[in-house]
Amino acid sequence: MKRWRAAAIPYLLILPGGLWLVIFFAIPVIVLISLSTQQGDIVDGFTQTFHFANYANAWDNYHDQFIRSLLYGGIATILCILLGYPVAYWIAFRGGARKSTYLFLLLLPFFVSFVLRTVSWQYFLSDNGILLGPLKSAGILPENFRILATGTAVVGGLTYNYLPFMVLPIYVALERIDPRLVEAAQDLYATRAAAFRRVVLPLSLPGLFAGVLLTFVPVAADYVNAAILGGTGNTMIGNIIQDEFLTVQDYPTGAALSFMLMAILLIGMFSYARVLGTDEVLEVAAR
Amino acid sequence: MSVDIDSERARDSAPAASPAVAGGRRRPRRRWGDRLLFAWTWLIIIWLALPIAVMIIFSFNDPHGRFNFTWVGFTLKWYGPHLLDYPSLTTAMENSLIVAFAATVGSVVLGTLVGLALGKYRFRGLGTANLVQFAAISAPDIVLASSLLSFFVTLRVPLGLPTIIVAHIMFCLSFVAVTVRARVLTLDRSLEEAARDLGAGPWATFRLVTLPLIFPGVLAGALLAFAISIDDFVVTSFVSGSTQTFPLWIWSATRNGLPPQVDVLGTLIFVGGLIIAATSALFGRRGTR
Repeated sequence: MKRWRAAAIPYLLILPGGLWLVIFFAIPVIVLISLSTQQGDIVDGFTQTFHFANYANAWDNYHDQFIRSLLYGGIATILCILLGYPVAYWIAFRGGARKSTYLFLLLLPFFVSFVLRTVSWQYFLSDNGILLGPLKSAGILPENFRILATGTAVVGGLTYNYLPFMVLPIYVALERIDPRLVEAAQDLYATRAAAFRRVVLPLSLPGLFAGVLLTFVPVAADYVNAAILGGTGNTMIGNIIQDEFLTVQDYPTGAALSFMLMAILLIGMFSYARVLGTDEVLEVAAR
Repeated sequence: MSVDIDSERARDSAPAASPAVAGGRRRPRRRWGDRLLFAWTWLIIIWLALPIAVMIIFSFNDPHGRFNFTWVGFTLKWYGPHLLDYPSLTTAMENSLIVAFAATVGSVVLGTLVGLALGKYRFRGLGTANLVQFAAISAPDIVLASSLLSFFVTLRVPLGLPTIIVAHIMFCLSFVAVTVRARVLTLDRSLEEAARDLGAGPWATFRLVTLPLIFPGVLAGALLAFAISIDDFVVTSFVSGSTQTFPLWIWSATRNGLPPQVDVLGTLIFVGGLIIAATSALFGRRGTR
């Protein structure tokens, strides 16, 4: 009897939180999937007709935005690696006693609202704003030069907003590397470049993969940057989903798009979890 | 947001290159590379902090009307009673705080229990439970948001503060759980055994030994939940109906210009966040010793 009670403890602990996740996470996703094949409108209500044509229509109308989301997501993720890896490397190997301070500085933006930060960039990059205004009046840039409402501004904003999500996991992986391994490689006559390529880089790959997951997924699904920094030609799939749900109120189309996005990203996420395990991501999330 | 990341040891990073390899040419080149990386790190930090600086500076600006993006003159007046000039903004800020407090309390209670279970026990379904946390953390916001809206609309639940709070507890819960789990994993089991050997029942053991030991993790989880909740835009915008929170107000006001009050509120949140993070870092450090 006592044994049975002891075995029940973890389940009892997990029950309330688990129920909450089932009711407000798992079931809503099922409702979304069900809604995606329904027909009707917001006034008369939607009925389940297994209308799979919703998916074909959604893809026909919005494949440009899908491809653009994956493209912007890919470019921003690569930029995050290129910008973030050296930072993580320097803090991990040369940060000394100030490592925490540097990481704290990298996390500073999270103390300011995401939307407000993005709007700040809009002001910064506006056609005659703080940055471009003086450059134009000094004649350095032509009068019709613009950054705002271009793909560059959107990718730049995405890179800016998600860079720390790349730096942190890479840092965690690099920090774990024993510096003596690098010394050993150099003692064995490896050049610095070779020691990096054959010792440091492979050992940091789990962190790099976790970083790719933690940036690519939210970036590809983001719509705030495209809405604030982009123009009509830079809309991502998130903008369409938001529009379908909140403005047009064509829920089935929005649900179909949302499920397609989720499916694409989920396949990536779960193959990641299968191959590399969930530990890296859970560990980074805990920091 | 725990800042106390490398509590283990500050490694001496001085390179102990063997004399045979460290020829005359390599040393200066190495230092040059380090300097480049150092400059790069600071460049990135400055880039990341730029909008914060703009926000703080423009909270002291005295613009004509609502468009606050050219510098006119220095003033402190927005930090006074003028802060409340826009009633809808004040209400939105109040809503944000209500939601953040409720979401923090709810997610800390539920998440701590889940974190304890995931960290302390081995049981059937542990892998699945970890996978669910993983999915809830890495699922894109817009999928959570559109699912929840579909769910509420199908059940004809009226949208407003309660739906926002329920949604926030849902996505904060997993973050609290993994933070607590990380702390539980570092626990020394023998302390609980010692308490039991000394005659403490399970509840007394939990209250007097386990809870104080995992408290830094619970606190870090609470701060993380509060920070995520007060900043959330995507999920909130889907399940809020006509209720506004601070990020939603900023979003809807972008086209009409953001008054300096927004920068002031942003600055206050920023400074408040810094103070809380610093305090909790001190707390966490004391907890590890």
